[in-house]
Amino acid sequence: MKKRTKEKIIELTLAGCALLTILTTCAILYVLLFEAVKFFSVVSIFDFLTDTQWTPLFADKHFGIMSLLSGTLLTSLIAILVALPTGLIIALYLNEYSSRRFKNIIKPILEILASVPTVVYGFFALTVVTPFLQQIFPNISGFNSLSAGFVMGIMIIPYVSSLSDDAISAVPRYIREGSLALGANRFQTAFRVIIPSASSGIIVSAILAISRAIGETMIVAIAAGQQPRLTFDPTVPIETITTYIVKVSLGDVSQNSIEYQTIFAAGITLFVFTFLLNNISYWLNKKLEKKYV
Amino acid sequence: MKIRLLVAYSALASLIFISCGSPKDEAPKDGTTVLSGEVKIDGSSTVYPISEAVAEEFGKVNKEVKVTVGLSGTGGGFKKFSRGETDINDASREIKEEETKACEENNIHSLQLEIAYDGLSVVVNPQNDFVKDMTVAELKKMWEPAAQNKITRWSQIRQGWPDVEFHLYGPGTESGTYDYFTEAVVGKSHESRGDFTASEDDNVLVQGVSTDKNALGFFGFAYYEENQDKLKLVGIDDQDDSNGTGAVLPSVETVKNKTYTPLSRPLFIYVNSAAVKKPEVNAFVKFYLEHSKTLSGEVGYIPMTDAEYDAQKKKFDDFIETHSK
Repeated sequence: MKKRTKEKIIELTLAGCALLTILTTCAILYVLLFEAVKFFSVVSIFDFLTDTQWTPLFADKHFGIMSLLSGTLLTSLIAILVALPTGLIIALYLNEYSSRRFKNIIKPILEILASVPTVVYGFFALTVVTPFLQQIFPNISGFNSLSAGFVMGIMIIPYVSSLSDDAISAVPRYIREGSLALGANRFQTAFRVIIPSASSGIIVSAILAISRAIGETMIVAIAAGQQPRLTFDPTVPIETITTYIVKVSLGDVSQNSIEYQTIFAAGITLFVFTFLLNNISYWLNKKLEKKYV
Repeated sequence: MKIRLLVAYSALASLIFISCGSPKDEAPKDGTTVLSGEVKIDGSSTVYPISEAVAEEFGKVNKEVKVTVGLSGTGGGFKKFSRGETDINDASREIKEEETKACEENNIHSLQLEIAYDGLSVVVNPQNDFVKDMTVAELKKMWEPAAQNKITRWSQIRQGWPDVEFHLYGPGTESGTYDYFTEAVVGKSHESRGDFTASEDDNVLVQGVSTDKNALGFFGFAYYEENQDKLKLVGIDDQDDSNGTGAVLPSVETVKNKTYTPLSRPLFIYVNSAAVKKPEVNAFVKFYLEHSKTLSGEVGYIPMTDAEYDAQKKKFDDFIETHSK
């Protein structure tokens, strides 16, 4: 009997821990929705989605989230264009070409990339990558999405390479050997057989990396600029959703004002995107992973 | 567990010991009282370098007084000032009516003291070879709210300038510099276009303008002086020949003789009436007025004349008289 109560207590504690994370998510969602509802009672969702300017802090107020969203999507797109090929090639090399010993050394080193503080990446982009880019393209601004996106791409390489690596090593041996037995060389096997077989895992890795890039704050706040604009030109200063939220919450905007509520409207936009991406990757993973059982 | 408790207890004990011990340290040494305590300053990032320099010098003489200087912008600083959280507020504009009201609600009176002059500098990238001067009207066309999303190219500002997009950099809406510039150029305080890089951190603006060929920005003259090699000044023409003909570049002389208009202005500190009861604050403010002539020049501002400083000292003495009881 006594043992049973003890078991029960332990069980409840564990359940409590699990519940705590869910409760936190619910609380965050509640706060976001609560303030966003106030915001959307003043600004119509139609204006929010279609206006091409974002100037809530100024005289001529506009609330077009697209100007911020384009900044977020542009930097994330550049990041994934850098990270996906690089990460994938790294994963392929480690699995198909390198020796096991080399892989065991190189993989932890690669993962150090993910543990560099993002503020360091931000200054690296601003003080090293941007001046370098200006040597090649003299017309590029000091703050630009190309440099920020590129460095963010480097940051998320480990996400792509690690997860793709898992997916590639999960491809059954007989498929690889079958391909080689039919006379394909290692390169053909890697690109024509292994990648298609591991495609679900690779796509999931890419989606999770994009989701990480969309939420990234410090790199873009430091290196990409603070001027909201609806553009896909990677050479000019832009502003991402996260940069805007940081800027306004650090400033002295009074609560309950429309200026203050904009950060929740922007936050919920960000939340919707990362939520969707994470769920798509989860769903894809579930749907495709049972291929070889 | 036990060890942790022990550490916690001993920390607590030593805290109590220290706080009991401190009154003794304040005891007069060789007849004079040694000042101690804290002077809390916040406010304008433009005045910050002067206050910081004064605080440093003051600290050399009064080692027991802790002076903290914040920089949350004139408006942000006044919010704290009106709640009684700070003793002195640095301000790059005069106090607003609603700010005075907020102070009075908390039974706080403030004294305005002028400490130096500042010139706002309009700057472009050194690689920009066509902008040498601008009229106030041209600046207005570039910065007014109506320009938002419409006036975006140099060629729209003056005929003959290239058909290339410009990028604007300026202080954020919470700073006194922003209010001052918009009032002087646009005609209405706190109103400008919104599509520019707005940052409370002047170093971000310097970084932006110095690395962007098509940039134009404005900030306090001190930040220009610190970064002269990376920026190019633009002369300002107010189209009023009574105070200097043509475009005038900001400099110590042009600000002092008031030909660099409309972009030069006085800088202030505001002293909290509740704080003058504290001898360390009094001593600090007197020290401030005594030394801001040399120190404001050192950090890139334009000092006032001796007579003007004397008038400020007189004002402060009267203020102590009324509020020290």
